[in-house]
Order: sequence, then C-alpha cells, then structure tokens
Amino acid sequence: MLEIKNLQVKLEEEDKQILKGVDLTVEAGKVHAIMGPNGSGKSTLSYVLSGKDGYEVTGGEATLEGQDILEMEPEERAAAGLFLAFQYPVEIPGVGNMTFLRTAVNAQRKARGEEEMSSTEFLKVVREKAKSLKIDAEMLKRPVNVGFSGGEKKRNEILQMAMLEPKMCILDETDSGLDVDAMKLVADGVNALRGEGRSFLVITHYQRLLDHIKPDVVHIMANGRIIKTGGPELALEVENNGYADLIEEEA
Amino acid sequence: MALPQVKQTATDARLAALSLPEGGWSRPAREAALARVQAMGLPGGRDEYWKYTRPDTLTAVEAPSAAVLEVGDEAPVFSARDRLKVVFVDGVFSAEESDELALEGLTIERLAEASDIHWAKDLYGTLETNGQTPVERPLAALNTAFATDGLLIRVTGKVEKPVHLLYRHESDSSDAILHHVVKVEEGGDVTLLESGPAAARFNKVIEVDVADGAGFHHVRVQGRDHERRAATHIFGRLGTESTFKTFTLTVNGVLTRNEAVIELTGDDAAVHVAGACMGDGDFHHDDTVFITHDAVNCESRQIFKKVLRNGATGVFQGKILVKPGAQKTDGYQISQSLLLDEDSQFLAKPELEIYADDVACSHGSTSGAIDEDGLFYLRARGVSRGTAEDLLTIAFIAEAVQEVEDESIQTEINELVAAWLGRRRG
Ligand SMILES: Nc1ncnc2c1ncn2[C@@H]1O[C@H](COP(=O)(O)OP(=O)(O)O)[C@@H](O)[C@H]1O
Ligand SMILES: [Mg+2]
Repeated sequence: MLEIKNLQVKLEEEDKQILKGVDLTVEAGKVHAIMGPNGSGKSTLSYVLSGKDGYEVTGGEATLEGQDILEMEPEERAAAGLFLAFQYPVEIPGVGNMTFLRTAVNAQRKARGEEEMSSTEFLKVVREKAKSLKIDAEMLKRPVNVGFSGGEKKRNEILQMAMLEPKMCILDETDSGLDVDAMKLVADGVNALRGEGRSFLVITHYQRLLDHIKPDVVHIMANGRIIKTGGPELALEVENNGYADLIEEEA
Repeated sequence: MALPQVKQTATDARLAALSLPEGGWSRPAREAALARVQAMGLPGGRDEYWKYTRPDTLTAVEAPSAAVLEVGDEAPVFSARDRLKVVFVDGVFSAEESDELALEGLTIERLAEASDIHWAKDLYGTLETNGQTPVERPLAALNTAFATDGLLIRVTGKVEKPVHLLYRHESDSSDAILHHVVKVEEGGDVTLLESGPAAARFNKVIEVDVADGAGFHHVRVQGRDHERRAATHIFGRLGTESTFKTFTLTVNGVLTRNEAVIELTGDDAAVHVAGACMGDGDFHHDDTVFITHDAVNCESRQIFKKVLRNGATGVFQGKILVKPGAQKTDGYQISQSLLLDEDSQFLAKPELEIYADDVACSHGSTSGAIDEDGLFYLRARGVSRGTAEDLLTIAFIAEAVQEVEDESIQTEINELVAAWLGRRRG
C-alpha cells in the first residue's frame, strides 16, 4: 500500500535535516504503529506524506499503491486515498463543519470521476457516523474545530476519516489529550474501518492506544530514522523500559 | 472663503454641464443644495477626506465610459423573492419592468412625478444637509440639487415584502443621479434591497428617517461591471428604540465610494453598518462611515471586510462621534482585509471622538494573508486549492454577512458569493 524508501527531508527555510533515511512498508490491510520520543520526526513524516509546504525532500521516495505521491498536490494525494488525522486539527472560523465535510467528500468523488453524494444521502450517512462517535448535531453545525475541546477535535478527525473512506490512514497522536472513554470511542471508530484492504499508520507515544487498536507491526523512530521494527511486543518493551535503551542499542 | 483655483474651475465646469430640474416642491431644497456645492466646491485630490481615494473621475464633467458586463443567463440577485420590484435603467425609471408602485404598509412614488404638496418636502435634502457637518460631502449636495429621479417611500406599518430597487446598466456612457427618501413612521418596518451596477457612473443618495420604535433594513449588492464607478451616500436619523441595519456586498467596479452617515438621536436605538467587498486588480473600494451618538444607551456596529488581490485597493474611514451626554454608548468598529497577494493594499483610518464618560467603544483594524494552515487542512481533505481559498474567503467575510438579519437573504448572499467565486475560476 504505502512504500517509503530512504526518505530524507530537511526544512525548506533552514538547513536542518529532520528525516535521515526512513524506510517503511505498510502492506494492504495492515496496521503499523510508529512510536518514538518527541522531536524524532514522526509528525514531519506524516506532513511530508500528505504534502504540507515548508519541507524539502532531499532524497528517497514514497509511493501509494505504486504511485509516486511526493510530486502530487495535497488534494491529489487525498483523492488517491491518503488521509492524515492531524496531531493538531486546524480551526477554521466561518466554515461550518457540515459544509466542510460535504465539500471534501464531493471534491474527492469528483476527482475520482465518481458521482457526487446527494445532500439527503450525505445527511443520512453523516448523522449515522457522527452518532457512533458521539458527535452531536450542534458540533456538526459549528465552524470546523472552533471551540471544540481536544477530544472533540480528535473525534472530528475520525469522523472525517469515516466519511472519506481512505485507503491509507495516518493517525498522528490521535490519542493524546484523550481520556479513557474518548480513547475507546476513537479506537472503536478506527477498528470499524479496519479491513477491506485499508491500511493504517498509527503514530503514538503510548502503549494504551495500541491495546485498543492492535497493530501488526511496531516501529520505533528516533532522530529521523526507524531504528527498530518488531511485533506488538515492541510496544510493551517501550512501555516498560522507555526509549533510552533502544536508542543506545542503535548508537 | 474663496475656493482654491483648481477646485473652483473643476466645480464650475461640472455645474455648467448640469441643469437644475424644475422640481416643483423640491426646488427650494435643490437651490439650497446647489448653493452648498458652490460654497464647498467638489472634492479634490488635496482634501483630507479624499486622501485615499481620487475623486477626479467622480467629479469630471463626463462619466468615463464603462463597458456593460455580459452575465449570460445568470439570474439577477433577489429575483426569486416575493418583492416589489422597481427598475431603473441607466438611472431612468422603467415602467414596463417595474411592478405597480403599491404595497401594503407603505406608499411609494417617484421623485420625478411627486405632486406639489408632499410629505417628503421636510426631508428631501435635510438629512444630507445635517450630514455636511462636521465633514463636507459635496457629492451628496450635488446629488440633492441635480437628482433626476428616485423614490419617495413612506412606511406606515410592518411591510411584509421587501422593496427591491434594481439598477440596470445598458449604456457605456451613462451618468446617473438618483435620490431616494425613506420615512419609516412610528412602529413601521421595511426592508429595502438594491442591486445592479446602475450606470457607467452613479451618484446616489438615500435619506432615511427612522421614527421611534421603527425599523429599517437595507441590503445592497453593487453590480460587478468592471469599469463602473459609484459614489453613494446613505444618511440615516434614528429615533428612540429604532433599528437601522445596512449591509453592502461589492464585487468589482473600478471605483466605489460608499458613505454612511448616521445619527442616533433617540435613546436605546441601534445602528449596524456592514460591508463586504471582493476586488481584483484595478479595483478601488472605499467605505467611509460617520456615526454620531447623540442619545443615551445606543448601540452602533461597523463591520467591514475586504478581500483584495492583484493590486486591488481597499479603504476604510470610519468614525464614531459620541456627543456630550450620550452616556451608555456601545460603539464597535472593525475593519479587516484579506490580502491575497503582496500587491494589494488596505488603507484604514479608524477614529473615535468621545465627549461622554460612561461609554464603551472599541475599534480594530487588521490586514492579513490567507491562513496557510487552514488552506492545507482543507486540501489534505481533498478540497482543491481554489475551492479551499473560496471557502476561506467566504468565511472571512461571514462576520459582515451575518449582519443581515433575514437568514434567507443571508443565504442568498452567501450563495451568490460562492457562485461568483466559482465562476471566476471557470
Ligand atoms: N516547520 C518546522 N520548523 C522548525 N522546526 C521544525 C518544523 N517541523 C519540524 N521541526 C523540527 O523537526 C524535529 C521533528 O519534529 P516532529 O516531526 O514534530 O517530531 P515528533 O512528531 O516526532 O515529535 C523537531 O526538532 C522539530 O522542532
Ligand atoms: Mg508529533
């Protein structure tokens, strides 16, 4: 599904190398997790994959189902099936959540040459999915993420993911700032989308999200590289011993 | 005091090219207005009040030509509404296209035809005259003197349907001067809609007298013919517990100067003046607002949003004057621009002048670029860059559009903006 080879990235404005050769392959239908200390480059990886400005790819490649995504516009990557649940969802005053969702769904459909969703169908689907994430009608009416609590923002990300039905979902610290109940909701939302060849890359600090979203593969990222890859037990090891041992081992 | 030579010459030339209409009952007011223009002179490039906007094409003897925009089969705004429609083509009343001038709750007549003894006699030119101090507005006085037509609307009850003035532009060289008077009597309430480019050059005045407990709602969509020019004034006087709300949407037009001069004379009254404009390239848009608080516990809001690109210019001159004794005044003023590139500019001159001690007045003015994080967020969800920019643009002007009280009109304005933005992108 997603293949990243020796990806090297620096900041556009500064001479600062952030990703120093990342190799990662996520197969169709699999859930991979990335763990790693703060500042190791996890968010940068997710941004570069989704096409944010400000980064320069100095080497390597990234393909989605064989297609080179690094040359695509962000909206083309989205239409190709890539989705990023932001670590910090952006507030957009003045744009209603519903308008936003409908515009996004239809833009992607159009880009793929599919028919747009009628407003009645859209309403029905959105209400259903919002309900399972405990997102009420009021939240759907409000401007995108404005005045939402941390947990509401994260649930709103998952709602967008559920509506857009992407093939490759990247979740950047979707668990941070969530209490146990909210985390359970989010995890259920994600689990409901598992299967059908859909792949996930779950970035997290904590083992606890991975108790709910069981990963197939766990990677440890430090200082711009994947330093270790293993099974779910690797997450437990980190939970018990921290990253220090692993980083030393690598060095 | 003698006028500067340049100003004298320009004023003489312009006045020589116009003739004072016979006018009947309005004749004395017209003669007085002519005398005011002669004393003030027309605006010149050195006038402080015209520091940011060049008045020369507005005062020139002939209107600079303006091509008529082909809009194809696009339905005119407000046309799907149940309303009383009154059409002016290049400033000339069109009986064929207008509805019969009758509507429950009001009387409506044409200025050019109004009989000799008339209620409007006490108002025509009166609010304009009041609005000449402390700042002169010679183009408004010129209008009072030379207006060829207009509507005289007297509102006696709550009017269900809006009155819609539709201004069509057909001639590249038309130069129109229209003057409307609206008197909303005690307990009355009316909505006035205006739309269309009107003429190559348009000078328009509306005088609105809102009595105690009455309401006046005004929504205007200025035509988007690229080369048209307009200088408009709305003068308002508010009685006790009355409401006055005006909103203007402007897209295109090479030069627009919209002045709003409102006086709160009765306690507990509220005035909201809002505007949103979107301009590209050779676009110059000036909102000049002067609000005078002369009563207790009144509220005023000024909300202006400008979206500018490709070297367009936006101007805002807004003043709140709180007179002695106008305690408990609540005045708010915000003017903001969204600059879509570095060639565009926004010039703002917010002013507060306060002579009462128990007041709350605030004002702010900002200029900013589009929110890159918001843009990326939308694009990451599959929305194209263009559509994302449009959404953020509509979001930016939303605070001004929300000043339109009628939600269905608000929706129509939003849809119109979305359609125009979409059309521009092809
Ligand atoms: N736009 C940016 N400007 C400056 N520094 C950045 C920027 N993006 C990332 N960095 C730096 O790159 C490193 C990796 O950051 P990030 O990818 O956010 O790490 P993580 O998500 O793993 O905590 C950090 O040192 C961070 O300060
Ligand atoms: Mg991060």
